[in-house]
Amino acid sequence: MTEMPSTEGAVLVLGAGSDIATALAREFAEIGHPIQLAVREPASYETLKSDFEVRYQVPVSLHRFDALEIHDHDAFMAALPSTPHVVVCAVGLLGEPGDQGGDSTKMELIMRTNYVAPALAMEAAAKALAGIDGPTALIGMSSVAGDRGRATNYVYGSAKAGLTAFLSGLRQKLSGTQVLVMTVKPGFVRTRMTEGMALPGILVQTPENLARQVMAALKSGRLILYPFPWRYIMAIIKSLPEALFMRVRF
Amino acid sequence: MKLSGWGRYPVLDCRVHTPRSPEAVRGHVGDGPLIPRGNGRSYGDSALNTGCTLSTARLNHMLSFDAEAAVLACESGVLLADILNVFVPRGFFPPVTPGTKHVSVGGMIAADVHGKNHHVAGSFGRHVLWMDIMVGSGEVMRCSADKNAELFHHTIGGMGLTGVILRAAFKLVPVESAFILSETLAAGTLDEVMEIFEDSALWTYSVAWIDCSVAGPALGRSIFYRGEHCRLGELTGPKRASPNRIVKRKTRNIPVELPGWVLNRSTMKALNALYYWWGRLRPRVEIVDYDSFFYPLDALGEWFRLYGRGGFLQYQCVLPKNQSREGLTRILAAVARSGQASPLSVLKLFGPQEGVLSFPMEGYTLALDFPARPRVFDLLDRLDGIVADHGGHIYLAKDSRMAAAAFKKTQPNVEQFADFREAQSAAEHFASHQSERLEL
Repeated sequence: MTEMPSTEGAVLVLGAGSDIATALAREFAEIGHPIQLAVREPASYETLKSDFEVRYQVPVSLHRFDALEIHDHDAFMAALPSTPHVVVCAVGLLGEPGDQGGDSTKMELIMRTNYVAPALAMEAAAKALAGIDGPTALIGMSSVAGDRGRATNYVYGSAKAGLTAFLSGLRQKLSGTQVLVMTVKPGFVRTRMTEGMALPGILVQTPENLARQVMAALKSGRLILYPFPWRYIMAIIKSLPEALFMRVRF
Repeated sequence: MKLSGWGRYPVLDCRVHTPRSPEAVRGHVGDGPLIPRGNGRSYGDSALNTGCTLSTARLNHMLSFDAEAAVLACESGVLLADILNVFVPRGFFPPVTPGTKHVSVGGMIAADVHGKNHHVAGSFGRHVLWMDIMVGSGEVMRCSADKNAELFHHTIGGMGLTGVILRAAFKLVPVESAFILSETLAAGTLDEVMEIFEDSALWTYSVAWIDCSVAGPALGRSIFYRGEHCRLGELTGPKRASPNRIVKRKTRNIPVELPGWVLNRSTMKALNALYYWWGRLRPRVEIVDYDSFFYPLDALGEWFRLYGRGGFLQYQCVLPKNQSREGLTRILAAVARSGQASPLSVLKLFGPQEGVLSFPMEGYTLALDFPARPRVFDLLDRLDGIVADHGGHIYLAKDSRMAAAAFKKTQPNVEQFADFREAQSAAEHFASHQSERLEL
């Protein structure tokens, strides 16, 4: 067990419009944290805000945040009503399978949205959290897709690989401080991102289920969270010799 | 995708959309007929449309709560289970609750559901203060008993056929605890259980489980339950210390469908007898958590599997009070003779009711389950005839097989409802498999 961030402290959710982020925000609100929801279009999230206020009776604020505006991250953190004790970063963009090796503008957007933007946002958040006295946490949403590049999503996967490495380095840098850096690597989650995709039922999770696992990991101080059974699946996939991996399609 | 009601009959291949905002709902309204669907807890084909079934699962935000007036405003996809989780700890309870908490607010309004307190509180619709409904033109209409009253009254009990309910506000009731003071009584005959209902008019909640497998002198033998919200003073020990704490229950899933032959004439008779005698021997007065009192079946996930792969049919009718004894006797005798009755049959005395298509009326209601087998369909057609003879209603939220003619004979307001739909040009925009079957 590690010490949890104080429930007095706010939880900032970057990219709060994602289903995983919303589910995670609910978990934090339920135990009493004030919630700061950062989204591109705050006006579309008024009902979500009222829902949190009615259900959890915690202060909730909406903030305009575009992760791609990377030079504004520090100013964004400074302008928050209070410095958060937990920052969840769920910024990301899956793109279409056809985007792999297609339009370079689209590929660049996927790379920036999954690596450059979230990595720099986490850096800005880490700086802000350093000023807090007490345990704090940075929770970054990476993906199992970053563990090995596959034909169907290597643009997305390579950016997530970058983010995973970035979070790993940040964690090492901040070891010995009170900032915990957690990397979450979800497999298939039934969300807006995967809506309409044919997913193997047995491996698919709900955002709510994933959120509960993140909370459990936070309590026990786990740093890298693969929801079951992805750690084992990825261990196998990573251990395939390249000559063999090249030939298989999945 | 393959979709069905809770009874798992019929199963249809439906195109399902799950809009995340009222704007996204507008994208589907006007684009061919559709039916809104809440949590899929109606039993038959009320919430099925092969062309477009519009799930409200993602329109599930609570909007405001006025603790002073106890008024909750929320989107239509909010589940009763969520309302209980949020508001029981704060000392509030839904004004009316059906026998499962896994229903949506929109579904409760569309089916105008009733609960064990119908004789004192009426149906759910009575407690609705206003609704926002997206009608066929895509316009959102705020309606209440004073404003757009026609739309309001036709939507309550209107089975989603007047428009998409987006939001609604209704009153909760303050309670002193999360517990129910429950009393159990055994009745050896139909006359006896009807007498107990009459004598229990001052109790907030009353319901009876009825043995549908016996005819003759024991016809109508029942286990009767009545209950009140526990006052603080009636609690002791840990319950007194935290009266509004929700007791968490474990839900067990039925893992596989039972083979169809498991529920046969003999096993159903035996299960009924077992339940009856177990009920007779139970302690008479006990304090139970609200979950056990109101939602005993929710503890058993996917219980439709008990009826095998073919699914099951629910049949619920109500007969006017002065016709109840005679009509119920005929129905119970027919069911017992058929040997098809399940062990889950429920009897309840309703109070007065207003509404256009709302199911309840003052009198006795009987709910029965049957495995979906060919012989059951013939039996239910005969029951329709008995209900029509006695001027009763049949509950649409449970129906999956009634003929249009039987519906017209048991629901005098069919014409009025159809005229309203015509006038609002709702008929071309909203339809379900059921509404087409019933020519509604």
